[in-house]
Amino acid sequence: MVSIHEYLMLSAILFSLGTVGVLIRRNAIVIFMCIELMLNSVNLSFIALSHHLGSMDGQIFVFFVMAVAAAEAAVGLALMITFYRNRESIEVDDINMLKW
Amino acid sequence: MYDKLWLIPFFPLLGAVINGLLGKKIKNEKVIGAIATLAVAASFGVSCYYFFNMPGANGGQHYAENIVATWMSVGDLQIEWGFLLDPLSAIMLLVVTGVGSLIHLYSIGYMHGEEGFYRYFSYLNLFVFSMLMLVLGNNALVMFVGWEGVGLCSYLLIGYYFHKKSASDAAKKAFVVNRIGDFGFLIGLFLLYWSLPVGSRSINFMEIAQNAHLLEAGGIVVTVITLCFFLGATGKSAQIPLYTWLPDAMEGPTPVSALIHAATMVTAGVYMIGRLNPLFAMAPDTMMVVAIVGAATAIFAATIGLAQNDIKRVLAYSTVSQLGYMFLAMGVGAFTAGIFHLMTHAFFKACLFLGSGSVIHAMHHALHEAHSHDDPQDMRNMGGLFRKMPITATTFWISTLAIAGFPLLSGFFSKDEILWFAFASPQGSPLLWIVGALAAGLTAFYMFRLVFMTFHGKQKTTEKARKHLHESPWVITVPLVVLALLALVGGWLGVPPLIGEIVGMANSFEHFLEPVFGGTQAVAHGTHALEWSLMGISVGIAFVGIFVAWVMYIKNPELPGKLAGSLQGAYRVIHNKWYVDEIYDATFVDATKRLGTFLWKGFDVVVVDGIVNGFGKTAHASSRALRFLQSGLVHNYALVMVLGVVVIVGFYVLR
Amino acid sequence: MEKLFFYLVALVAVGSGFLVVKCRNPVNSALALVNTFFCLAIFYVMLHAPFMAAIQVLVYAGAIMVLILFVIMLLNLGSEAHKRFTHSLIGGSIMGVLMLFLVFFFVNRGEPTGMRGNITDGLVDKIGHTELMGRTLFTEFLLPFEITSILLLVAIVGAVILAKKEV
Repeated sequence: MVSIHEYLMLSAILFSLGTVGVLIRRNAIVIFMCIELMLNSVNLSFIALSHHLGSMDGQIFVFFVMAVAAAEAAVGLALMITFYRNRESIEVDDINMLKW
Repeated sequence: MYDKLWLIPFFPLLGAVINGLLGKKIKNEKVIGAIATLAVAASFGVSCYYFFNMPGANGGQHYAENIVATWMSVGDLQIEWGFLLDPLSAIMLLVVTGVGSLIHLYSIGYMHGEEGFYRYFSYLNLFVFSMLMLVLGNNALVMFVGWEGVGLCSYLLIGYYFHKKSASDAAKKAFVVNRIGDFGFLIGLFLLYWSLPVGSRSINFMEIAQNAHLLEAGGIVVTVITLCFFLGATGKSAQIPLYTWLPDAMEGPTPVSALIHAATMVTAGVYMIGRLNPLFAMAPDTMMVVAIVGAATAIFAATIGLAQNDIKRVLAYSTVSQLGYMFLAMGVGAFTAGIFHLMTHAFFKACLFLGSGSVIHAMHHALHEAHSHDDPQDMRNMGGLFRKMPITATTFWISTLAIAGFPLLSGFFSKDEILWFAFASPQGSPLLWIVGALAAGLTAFYMFRLVFMTFHGKQKTTEKARKHLHESPWVITVPLVVLALLALVGGWLGVPPLIGEIVGMANSFEHFLEPVFGGTQAVAHGTHALEWSLMGISVGIAFVGIFVAWVMYIKNPELPGKLAGSLQGAYRVIHNKWYVDEIYDATFVDATKRLGTFLWKGFDVVVVDGIVNGFGKTAHASSRALRFLQSGLVHNYALVMVLGVVVIVGFYVLR
Repeated sequence: MEKLFFYLVALVAVGSGFLVVKCRNPVNSALALVNTFFCLAIFYVMLHAPFMAAIQVLVYAGAIMVLILFVIMLLNLGSEAHKRFTHSLIGGSIMGVLMLFLVFFFVNRGEPTGMRGNITDGLVDKIGHTELMGRTLFTEFLLPFEITSILLLVAIVGAVILAKKEV
């Protein structure tokens, strides 16, 4: 029987991996994918805890997280297309027009 | 019945708004003048209606209040826009609207062809409105609104010829000096409200009258309160030490001088003391101060009037002097006499000013036609105008006789009553009477000096100008005649009992004001013989003054020059108005300027600006340093964000 | 046996997660991410949540990842061989390690507690996970569900507006 701790540890590892990815990558789409990875690690802990506590609430939450992720994917990718159209680039280092 | 009191100030306000907003479009002088004059005349009509239907005529309370709206309601302080009709305000209403409408009529002729004709009438109507608010207000704050309003209109109208530097300076001077007095008024008001016991605190005049006895009679509190109010009165009514603005105010158009600076506004101080008579009656020390200041102003201004050559300035000092009489009356407890003199003075002084205006109008026209650059207001350029302007001269003569105290004219009755009270009332003293009588003699002298220099003797204008001198049109002469008639007979309203017994007339004026002043009016004690002899002496002094003026300006016209030569020092001091303006400049004005300059350069620039700019510079410098945090690179922000998350979560986890 | 399987799949999940971060070519990253998603779906099955596993595969691995791949292809993002594809490697790594350390510490400190519900594995197997989800979603969580639909609508409109040629 796999304990809840092991699931949570795995979730933590994946979340940290996602964080590192967000912080070190330049490509906006890869950053986006790393964010998806973080979301999924959270989903895993939600479902693990839901199973552990014998309640449906966590799974419902995961359902909503998926809906939000879908919306985010639609809008985020549209933003990237627009940005690419204007700057011929998808790297976050080029998104610097707001600085002083 | 009394719920339409608001109509009285409403009409002039309407006129002011119409002329002020549409006057430029109307352009037609006759229409503008008619609107303004009819507005005031309508107020006069309403005032007359109420005068003949006074409250309490058939018993009952002697006053009526008309509350239009609540102004403010803070805690137990309730202030309304309310109007009060009682005998005192009724008399003031008649004077203000009656003399006011005559002067409006006069102004149509006098201001003919002036630039900004509509502006003039708009201001004038606004003035009447403010004055009516002052007179009608049922509490001190509404009165204060009117008080400030008349000050504003006075400023606007003195500075009517604003392109002339002397006029705009005079307007500013009037405004600033009046501010000092207004400060006193406000402080007095606050003190009064504050020192009344809780529960009976009010600034409603009727309630003040009822609650005044709650203050300690003759105590320090009531003395300070009344002194503050008196300071306000000295500012508005041009008494020592704040009288200096009134002579300068003659820079305004002459009808303005007649209405504002002779007949109505400057009497506001007298009215205010009359309105607050229950308070003043409780402070004998203040009453003494009022009487002394009044007497001192009366004689002081009269001496200055002796040596002025500008026709309007003589009248201005005469006004200051006569106002001094009114305060003398108030100070010795003769409230009725003070208000009575206020009324008669309004008649004859308005007539005198309007007459001088008529003369100036004619002189200006004649000098203009002759291409002469002489001053049309300087009496040394006039002389022998009686033939040319008979109506003006006759009315002027009547009013001069009235102001000089010629027996049985209006000024005689009022001035004599004041002098009698100054001698015989409990608060009076023979010294006050001597000063008053001397001032009366001086008044007679300088007024007849003015008449003789202007209307008699040799004509000093050039031949060319003389041809163009002629009588003014009817809009100017009609008010003159009406006012002269009032000056002639107005005194019979308040016949002193001494003469009343002979001719079988009662002092209806005193009887009318009985409900207002009944409780506080001083009673003069003295035998008839004493009264007769004092009256005789004061009339005698007046005749001496007239005689001296005749000797000096008709019989021996070179005498004044010689006299001035031999008494050079005294003449120069008087001619320069005792150097009061210079003294004020040297002490108060310069000191204030120097303080202001110090505060500007020493305090404001260095300290205040230093602090403000210091804040700005600090913010600027720190943001210059901090802006390096804003790299504009997304990953830096993300890094800091994650750091924040780590710190916050760490705080909870590792705690 | 189950434990061994868990560790095996976990290893694959972590490995492909690492590849997501590491791969120079976005397409490789995306494929590694799909792999991770599949692993997660396996965990969901092990946790008696077959419906969640199904939509994990359908929505994530199917719809969202296809969308991402589509955009990568559309923008023709080749491998970033010619230039650096990372920045602040040290700072990011330190942050990641810190985060990991924190969460480990947190997880190992105690037992997860809370209101224990009545959804046992047996009940799920008896009624069926999908029906349980449906009941909960359309009764207790109806309002959030409807709000989610509005959110999706807004996202669609926003995406259309943003991706139009003339903004």
